[in-house]
Amino acid sequence: MNHSNTVDGRVSARGLPTPEMSPGAAEFDFWIEAGRTEKHYWRDLWRFRELFFVLAWRDIAVRYKQTVAGAAWAIVQPLLSMIIMTVIFGKVAGLPSVGTAPYAVMVFAAILPWQFFSNALSSASQSLVGNANLISKVYFPRMIVPTSSVVVSFIDFLVCGVILLVLMASYRFWPTWHMLLLPLLVIWAILAALGPGLIITALMVRYRDFRFLVPFIVQFGLYVSPVAYSSQIVREKFGDTWFLVYSLNPMVGVIDGFRWAILGGSADLFMPGIALSLLLTIVLFVGSIMHFRKTERAFADVI
Amino acid sequence: MSSETVIRVEGVGKQYVLGQTQLGAEGLRHAMQHLATAPLRFIRRRARVGSRRGVTPSTERIDSARSDSRGDIFDALKDVTFDVSRGEVVGIVGPNGAGKSTLLKILSRITEPTVGRIGLKGRVASLLEVGTGFHPELTGRENIYLNGSILGMSKNEISSKFDEIVGFAEVERFLNTPVKRYSSGMYVRLAFAVAAHLQPEILVVDEVLAVGDAAFQKKCLGKMGDVAKEGRTILFVSHNMAAVQALCDRAILLRSGKLIYDGPTAEVTQRYLHSVMSVGEVPLELRKDRTGDGSVRITGMKVESLDADKVLRSTSRLKITVHYRSDTVLRFPKFEVGIYDYTKDSGIYLLDSDAAGALPEELPAEGHVTCVTDAFNITVGRCNTYVSVYKGGALADCVAPAMTFDVAVGDIHGSGKQASREWFVGLLKHEWSGNSD
Repeated sequence: MNHSNTVDGRVSARGLPTPEMSPGAAEFDFWIEAGRTEKHYWRDLWRFRELFFVLAWRDIAVRYKQTVAGAAWAIVQPLLSMIIMTVIFGKVAGLPSVGTAPYAVMVFAAILPWQFFSNALSSASQSLVGNANLISKVYFPRMIVPTSSVVVSFIDFLVCGVILLVLMASYRFWPTWHMLLLPLLVIWAILAALGPGLIITALMVRYRDFRFLVPFIVQFGLYVSPVAYSSQIVREKFGDTWFLVYSLNPMVGVIDGFRWAILGGSADLFMPGIALSLLLTIVLFVGSIMHFRKTERAFADVI
Repeated sequence: MSSETVIRVEGVGKQYVLGQTQLGAEGLRHAMQHLATAPLRFIRRRARVGSRRGVTPSTERIDSARSDSRGDIFDALKDVTFDVSRGEVVGIVGPNGAGKSTLLKILSRITEPTVGRIGLKGRVASLLEVGTGFHPELTGRENIYLNGSILGMSKNEISSKFDEIVGFAEVERFLNTPVKRYSSGMYVRLAFAVAAHLQPEILVVDEVLAVGDAAFQKKCLGKMGDVAKEGRTILFVSHNMAAVQALCDRAILLRSGKLIYDGPTAEVTQRYLHSVMSVGEVPLELRKDRTGDGSVRITGMKVESLDADKVLRSTSRLKITVHYRSDTVLRFPKFEVGIYDYTKDSGIYLLDSDAAGALPEELPAEGHVTCVTDAFNITVGRCNTYVSVYKGGALADCVAPAMTFDVAVGDIHGSGKQASREWFVGLLKHEWSGNSD
């Protein structure tokens, strides 16, 4: 057949690649070249959206396998934290709540975003290293891995949201129109978690040191964010200037926002603080995406 | 018509900086410093962009080169150039560390080339490992969807091929069982079945046939052959020369990152076998094409002549040394070296330590065994070998073929005349006498 012909033709052509035989650059759909990958990045990200959901689904499906209590674990932790914080800070220390809101509801309104933030940050940070086998064996836009890992925490967040509604109903504490802005605050919380998450996961590919840093950030963050107490106490004690410094922590803005949306008129907002937190969230998020994009090409080589 | 080029590799090279992983205590400090100065660098760069466009990237590169200056540069690939036409099945062969996997990783966009470029036409799917992303806790059904999406299939595509995949893998009864309870055979079959149903224009495959039992390997080869017949282009890396020969018309030989030869498969495999095995002492530690339970690893083999000048002749006595390593002492060990004719693959001698009966009942966990023969009396030509070790009757490790060696002229009769290997292997010293009375 002409099978052998093609082989022969190729052997001779290989030694001297004649220009008229070689198709021009336009004939190829795609060129792989140093620094070239980024051109179709966002289009690729969209093309791989199914993988995003599949990876998220995998994390959810695997989460409670071979556990007896199953998804109940998503509720136990925040519920217990809420009880302990209410007893210690509300009853023992006698700290004031926000307006007329019961202390338990005020605490839970903050645990909701905080729990999401800490879980999402932890899983996003571990995600690249945890999926090293994928990174080194298959191509896809790497950003899918940390972003899809946040979905699990988001599901937990939704479950806890239902618990919050039950809690509010049991205290006969009704939400106001502020609640309608909650979706925007949820997006803020996601950005706040993804910012540091993307940076840390990219750095962890090279420096495993960050594995030890993340639990520390989460633990420390619980104290420097107004979770167990109201941020108003900080403002009253230290004044507006120091409160602005305090607001450099993006979670201060997120938590205050959540309290404002959930507790309604009982909470008032300190707008400069909110603006500063929001600004920092955005700077961190944009910076982390830039850093991620710059480093991701070498992930497979160093992971 | 089939001469349309779908892959064009142009002067591709890939460098790695060695010693990058040994960051030690400097790791965090370096990262922190880098992170802390990032905004500063960003501002500086922006400030420069207006006046000196184009200068910036090179300064950046020098920066990063300096920070990595602790390591040496290693060329995993160097100036590799070739074209592949639509529908071709090209084997890529070469010893370990030749750059085969690096080439495939660049082709599948997992890593970037340092220099050069590659033009591609059509969708590329790569299969560098079977079962990439399989999750042990998920069921067979769930893993088919997971693995399929990771390999680039859409959900609809997977659903439409689902029954075919399950049938190919022969795991119908275990679809709802977590794959951690699968036997390794079932696991591999399922993993390969998903991969085999990928339908890209270009398929890049690395060493996946090294898994599974012989029957399944054959089935996989058949499936790959079908894929090739459908006019898809396949790049195929394997240490299994029989598989390469069965599948590919053309092969590319790489060594130390360089393209050594590109041509018909028969020629390439010949050169490959020659290049890996025609040395006095051959390291076998990294060979992947081995069988046995792996409890002992044969790490090297050496064939020497006991002649004073060390030349291996027809008449020489051989000294064969086999190096091995294991976690425990070897109880009731048995070593076997088979010597066979290189071109005809027919057995000549079996050197069996049990038959000879001189090995102790226990050998240290790491060491070597030596076998000395009588004059081995075979004709001039090339011989191939395999080596295996048994522990208490069970095959622990086997490398086949292990190494080749050449036999030079040894004149047993002093007449300068000898039979040719083409017809005869054995040489027997003999005398003739006539009835002179």
